[in-house]
Amino acid sequence: MTHILVLSGALFTLGALGVLIRRNAIVMFMSVELMLNAANLAFVGFARSREALGGQVFVFFVIAVAAAEVAVGLALIVSIYRSRSSIDIDMVSDLKG
Amino acid sequence: MTIEFAIFLGLAAVAISASIAMLVSRNAVYSALFLVIVFLTVAVLYLLLSAPFIAMVQVAVYAGAIMVLFIFVIMLLGTENVESNPTHRWQFAAALVLSYALIIQFIIVAFVLPAETAGEFVEIAEGFGSPASVGTLLFNEFLIPFEVTSLLLLAAMVGAIVLSRWERTT
Amino acid sequence: MTAEALFSLAPLLIIFPLVGLLINLAVGRRIGERGVGIVASVAVGLAFVVAVLQLVALGMEPEGSTVHIAEWIVIGQLEVEWALKIDTLSVTLLLMVTGVGGLIHIYATGYMHDDVRFQGDPSRYPRFFVYFGLFMAAMLLLVTGNSYLTMFVGWEGVGLCSYLLISFWYEKGKDGIGNALAGKKAFVVNRIGDFGFIIAMLITFWFFGTLTFEEVFHEAVFLGPAAATAATAITFFLFVGAAGKSAQIPLFVWLPDAMAGPTPVSALIHAATMVTAGIYMLVRNAVLLELATLTPDIIAIVGAATALFAATIAVARFDIKRVLAYSTISQLGFMIAAVGIGAYVAAIFHLVAHAFFKALLFLSAGSVIQGVEHGQHHADSHNDNFNPNDMRNMGGLRTRMKATFWVYLVGALALVGIPPLAGFFSKDEILADASLVSPAVYWVLVLSAFLTAFYMARQIIMVFFGKPRSKAAEAAKESPSIMVAPLVVLAILAVGGGLINGPGLLPLTHFLEDTLEGIHEPEFIAAIAIFTTVLALISMGLAWLAYGRRQFRAGDQDPLQSKLGPVWTAISARWWVDEFYDWLIVRRYIALSRWLAESVDDRFLHDWVHDTVIAQTFVRGTNWLARAFDLGIIDRGFDGLGALTRRGAGGLATLQTGYVRNYAIAVFIGLVLVVSYLLLR
Repeated sequence: MTHILVLSGALFTLGALGVLIRRNAIVMFMSVELMLNAANLAFVGFARSREALGGQVFVFFVIAVAAAEVAVGLALIVSIYRSRSSIDIDMVSDLKG
Repeated sequence: MTIEFAIFLGLAAVAISASIAMLVSRNAVYSALFLVIVFLTVAVLYLLLSAPFIAMVQVAVYAGAIMVLFIFVIMLLGTENVESNPTHRWQFAAALVLSYALIIQFIIVAFVLPAETAGEFVEIAEGFGSPASVGTLLFNEFLIPFEVTSLLLLAAMVGAIVLSRWERTT
Repeated sequence: MTAEALFSLAPLLIIFPLVGLLINLAVGRRIGERGVGIVASVAVGLAFVVAVLQLVALGMEPEGSTVHIAEWIVIGQLEVEWALKIDTLSVTLLLMVTGVGGLIHIYATGYMHDDVRFQGDPSRYPRFFVYFGLFMAAMLLLVTGNSYLTMFVGWEGVGLCSYLLISFWYEKGKDGIGNALAGKKAFVVNRIGDFGFIIAMLITFWFFGTLTFEEVFHEAVFLGPAAATAATAITFFLFVGAAGKSAQIPLFVWLPDAMAGPTPVSALIHAATMVTAGIYMLVRNAVLLELATLTPDIIAIVGAATALFAATIAVARFDIKRVLAYSTISQLGFMIAAVGIGAYVAAIFHLVAHAFFKALLFLSAGSVIQGVEHGQHHADSHNDNFNPNDMRNMGGLRTRMKATFWVYLVGALALVGIPPLAGFFSKDEILADASLVSPAVYWVLVLSAFLTAFYMARQIIMVFFGKPRSKAAEAAKESPSIMVAPLVVLAILAVGGGLINGPGLLPLTHFLEDTLEGIHEPEFIAAIAIFTTVLALISMGLAWLAYGRRQFRAGDQDPLQSKLGPVWTAISARWWVDEFYDWLIVRRYIALSRWLAESVDDRFLHDWVHDTVIAQTFVRGTNWLARAFDLGIIDRGFDGLGALTRRGAGGLATLQTGYVRNYAIAVFIGLVLVVSYLLLR
């Protein structure tokens, strides 16, 4: 089980790094998906090692929700692009102050 | 070193390198494609972990639908090459430091986790993780979340449509 | 009717006049002058009926009775109740007060009708009878009270009514304030006497432990000579009170000024009733007087001295009422002297007889004055300086006011003491007793009697005989019968009054025996009687020589003025008593009060204490609080708080960069920290 967790942790960290480093909003979003996958991996690992099928069902739901979230998120990004002609997240700092 | 572990190591290496590539790549499309590789790798790992149904769902939904959506939007917006100004120095440094701290913590957790919590990979039943078994659970114990999820998808659909409408020019 | 039942009617004596005055007070304006007069007179009349019933009751039960009305004060040892003592002494006074009071009430209904029009305020008519009724109630309480304190309530009440009635025309008189000043003088001087009364009450309570007459006297008799010192002290201070009320030296100065009140007031209060209260009170305390050592002598000396003193002043008076006022003081002196020498019955006898003829004289004088006023209105109405009271403006009224003349003559002769009129018997009893007890008192009283005859004859000659000395006197007319009728009744009483205690039968003596123990039967000394009568006739003859033989014309000097010279000046100036008091007491008092008002009250208290100390301190204190403290400290504190918040917020606002990435880093930091915490736990 240790190896699964280590891998899951590594993927999660990489995803988090991606969120912090990349300026392209879409790539940032993809890093978030990576984080979700890392979590799913941990779930499935635990489902296997503890013989609890509920872990897999949970992963099922996570995937469904991730899909919905991606749809809406991308629609948002499109809409932001339309109003600003840019998806550089450093440009959307209207909440400054 | 069992054969399973060796396969696992190989898959892990692929996944990690693909992720790093995704992070580093300048072109957004390249990042998306690398992410697809990661998803597929993870799906194979699911298979190894006796979750065939989930593996298939992962491939179908994640790699198939979600990433396609991503590629569509990248193409639509034409933002493959966006990064013109570099990140602020201190943010980059802070991010690296924090990531380093996190990964160390995860490794510690992985090794420190007691045996009862983590469990052992013992022999498992034949139908564990099969569509039938997952389906049974899904439609009996997790019926309500299942139905709610359908509502959630409906909401996401409506939201996406509303958000991406052309604004009326006044 | 049993005696018990009759006695229980006694409270009605006070209730009838009270009800009468309340009716007049409430609806007086509406029922008109006639109604007011009827209500007042009927009230007194009913009181008279009750008094007669009390007499009947006493016939059945001579010891009398105490009629309880209500409890008043019950504090520790002190128990005073509202109760009436009905015995022969109080009934004697009751009959006199209600009887003479009733006649004067009837007279007043007619007199005041004219007077309010003469003075110019007809709406004041009911007020007069309200005050009059209040006076009756208070006087009756005084006479029937069974304890010192109950009597004192009536005592004060009559003092108050005297003040109210003297200054009835308060806006008139000398300089528009004279009547009010007269009322004030009466009240203040009376108060000095009341102070003595109060001290007497305090000593009584302190020594005897009670204020009820019966208990005090019982105790005193029981203690006998041991109570002598207390009795002396008590009776001395009681005499101070009596001196105030009954106008003896040195507290007589208010009575002449009291003539400023309307004539019925002078008749009732200052001749018949209130001024006699002092004598009644002393006679009531006969038990204590018998035990006392020094006081009776003082009383006798003061009484005799007052009698002579007042008589000398009366000789030189020109105001018709002032002559009668000083005559009253003089006669009161007679009564007080009688009390002093222990002739209690004689004092009461003279009190009653004097009430008859002095009331008669005053009322007749009122009739004369009104006649002259009417005459002035018809004949001489443009003369503003005319004084209708001045005898020098009268003369020859015998033919113009016949009835008044005859009743006046009867009254005067009674006063002088010509047999067989009442005054003869009463005065002679006093003189007879005096001759037996103290020659000094006797001769002083004889001299006073001589002067009494002189000034009364002078007055009669000046007013009724000769030719009228002014147009008003010429045109004078007789008064209406409602005024003359009571005069006639009083004249009859003045004539027949001697029978009350005529020698031989002595009904009053026997009557009073039941109340005053150990009184002696007065002797009738024929020698003295004849001597004084002859003296009186000689005196009247001298008066005729001075005033009657040669016509006293208007503007003439008084014939005696040249004959008596400096003596005339002295008695004309009333022996300068009022001036002396003014210099000694009044001026000093006014100076003191002025000093207190200006220095102490104005400058010290007001300016310094109030303004400087209190007000300034307060103002400065609040100034400091408002400026230095509130604005300076508190405001600055809150302003600083606001500035601090703004700076803090400004500082914190820099965190809101608006960059998503920074927020993400913050989340990440939190995540790392939480995980490390969980690990380390």
